[in-house]
Amino acid sequence: MPETSTTPLIHARGLTKKFGDFTAVDAIDLDVAKGEAFGFLGPNGAGKTSTMRMIGSVSPVTDGTLTVLGLDPRTQGPQIRARLGVVPQQDTLDTELTVRENLVLYGRYFGLSREECGRRADELLDFAQLTERQNDEVEPLSGGMKRRLTIARALINEPELLLLDEPTTGLDPQARHLLWDRLYRLKQRGVTLVLTTHYMDEAEQLCDRLVVMDKAKIVAEGSPRQLIDRYSTKEVTELRFPPGVQDSLDGKLDGLAERIERLADRVLLYADDGEAVAVAAHERGLEPETVLVRRSTLEDVFLRLTGRSLIE
Amino acid sequence: MAGLTHVIEHRAVQYRRTFRSSVFTSFLSPLLFLTAMGVGLGGYIDRSGGAALGGLTYLQFLAPGLLAATVMQSAAFEATFPIIGGLNWQRTFHAMYATPISPRDIAFGNLAWMAVRLAMISAVFTLIIVAFGAAHSPLVVLGVPVAVLTGMAFAGPISAFSATQRNPSKFNVIFRFGITPLFLFSGTFFPIEQLPSFLQPVAWLSPLWHGVDLTRGLVLGTFGRDPVVMVAHLVILVGIVVVSSWATAVTIERRLVRG
Repeated sequence: MPETSTTPLIHARGLTKKFGDFTAVDAIDLDVAKGEAFGFLGPNGAGKTSTMRMIGSVSPVTDGTLTVLGLDPRTQGPQIRARLGVVPQQDTLDTELTVRENLVLYGRYFGLSREECGRRADELLDFAQLTERQNDEVEPLSGGMKRRLTIARALINEPELLLLDEPTTGLDPQARHLLWDRLYRLKQRGVTLVLTTHYMDEAEQLCDRLVVMDKAKIVAEGSPRQLIDRYSTKEVTELRFPPGVQDSLDGKLDGLAERIERLADRVLLYADDGEAVAVAAHERGLEPETVLVRRSTLEDVFLRLTGRSLIE
Repeated sequence: MAGLTHVIEHRAVQYRRTFRSSVFTSFLSPLLFLTAMGVGLGGYIDRSGGAALGGLTYLQFLAPGLLAATVMQSAAFEATFPIIGGLNWQRTFHAMYATPISPRDIAFGNLAWMAVRLAMISAVFTLIIVAFGAAHSPLVVLGVPVAVLTGMAFAGPISAFSATQRNPSKFNVIFRFGITPLFLFSGTFFPIEQLPSFLQPVAWLSPLWHGVDLTRGLVLGTFGRDPVVMVAHLVILVGIVVVSSWATAVTIERRLVRG
C-alpha cells in the first residue's frame, strides 16, 4: 500500500505465525498509528515475542497480511529494518567491547559514517546517562545500564518505530523507573513505541493503547482506562484469610460484590464501592487477616478475560 | 556487500582487544614446533641420511606442511567459538540481523574475517620459517595464500556446523577425532607413502593432505613434477570453500530466523 500520512505504521490482518503444528500467533488484527505508544500485554507464551519478531521483519509471516511503515516484510525486510529500532528481550550487546564502541559499530550497520556515528553516540550516551561509563567494557555494567545501552543502541539510526520486547523484565524497581522515564521522554519526542510486557503497571504507565494477548489471540483492545472500565469495576476489595479458612467459606461471600474471584492466597471482590464491601464482609462475621481496598488495574482485566493471573 | 565490510569492521575492533596475546601465540607455536620437530628431530633424521625426502633437510620438508596444518588448527578454533557465541551467548549476530544487514552478510563477513586472521597467522609463520633458514627459495611466500585456502576449507564446513549448535559439547569431537588425527596423518611430519598402503588413498579424503601437498609443491618449487595432482588439490580445496561458505550462509540464516 502507498505510504500516506494516514497509513498506519503497522497494519496487520489475520496475522498468523506457526512453528510446525504449533500456532504461536493466531490470526490477529492490528493497527498502530504514528506517535502512538502501543502495548502487547499478556503472560509468557501468549505470542507477544513472535508478533514482535514478525513486525521486526526477522521472522517470516506464516499467513495473513502485514505491512510495517507501509512496506512488506516478505520482500522489503532490509528497508524496514533500516527504519526500526529494536530492543530485544535478551540483551545482544557485544560484551567484549566498550559502551561507546557498541553504539558506534551498531551505527555503521545502518550505513552511517564514523563521524556521524560518533556524534550520535555522544547524544545517546547522554540520553542513556552512560557518558561516564562510555569507555568501560559492557560486561561489568548493571542490568539496568545494559538495558539503557540497548535502548540507546536501538536509537542510533533515529528510528521511526521503536520495538521493545519486555524492556524492564528482570530489573529492580529503581532501574525500571529510570527506564520508564527515558521511554516517556522518547514518547514525548514523537517516537512511536511498540512494547510487550507482562507487567500491568508498565502497560499503564507507558501505553496509550494496548491489546491483551492470551494463547496466541487478542482478547481485548483499548486504552488502559477503557479496558478497566469495560472489564472491571471501579474498586477491588482483597481479603486474605488465615491458611485453610478460605476453602471453608462456602457461600458466605455470595452477593457481597458484583463479581468474586478466588485466587490461591486471597479472594478478590469486585464492586464500585470497595469500602462498603469491606464493611459488609465484616458484618457477616468474616474475619480476614488483611483487607485491602484498591482501584482496579489491568491485572484485574486480565484475570476477568482469561481466568488467570498475568505472572504465574 | 557494504554490509559484509561492516561485519569485518566489527570483528576487527573486537580483535584489537586481544591483539597482543594473539600475536605472541602466533609466533610461539611455529617457534616451538620448528625447534622441536625441525631442528631437534630433523637433525637426527638428516644424520641418518634423508634420501626419502629427495635431498631436502627435514626442516625444509616439514616447514610448509606444518604451516598448512597449523593454519587448519587455527581455522577450526575461529569457526567454532566465535560462531556459537554470536548466535547463542552474546547473540551479536541477532543484533546485526535487526539492522539492514542480511544473514548472508553476517555469514560471509565472518568467513572473510577468518581468512584475514589466517593470513596473519600464515604470514607470521612464514617469517619464522625464513628466520630458521628453512626457506628453500623465495617461493616460500606462496605458502601464505595456499595455507589460507587450506584453512578456509576447514573454517567453512566447521562454521556451517557450528551454526547448528546451541552449546560447544560436540566441538571436542571435532578437535579430538577430526583435527588432531588429520594434523598427524596428512603428510605433515612424514610423506604419506610411509603409511600402510591401504591407508594411502584415505589421505585423499583429508582436505589437509591436499593443502599440505600443494603448499609443499609451491614452496619447494616441485609443482611441475605432478601438475595434474597439484591442480586437483587446488580444485578440491576451492570447491570445499565455495560449497561450505554457501552452507554456512544457509545454517546461519536458519538459526537467525528461528530466533
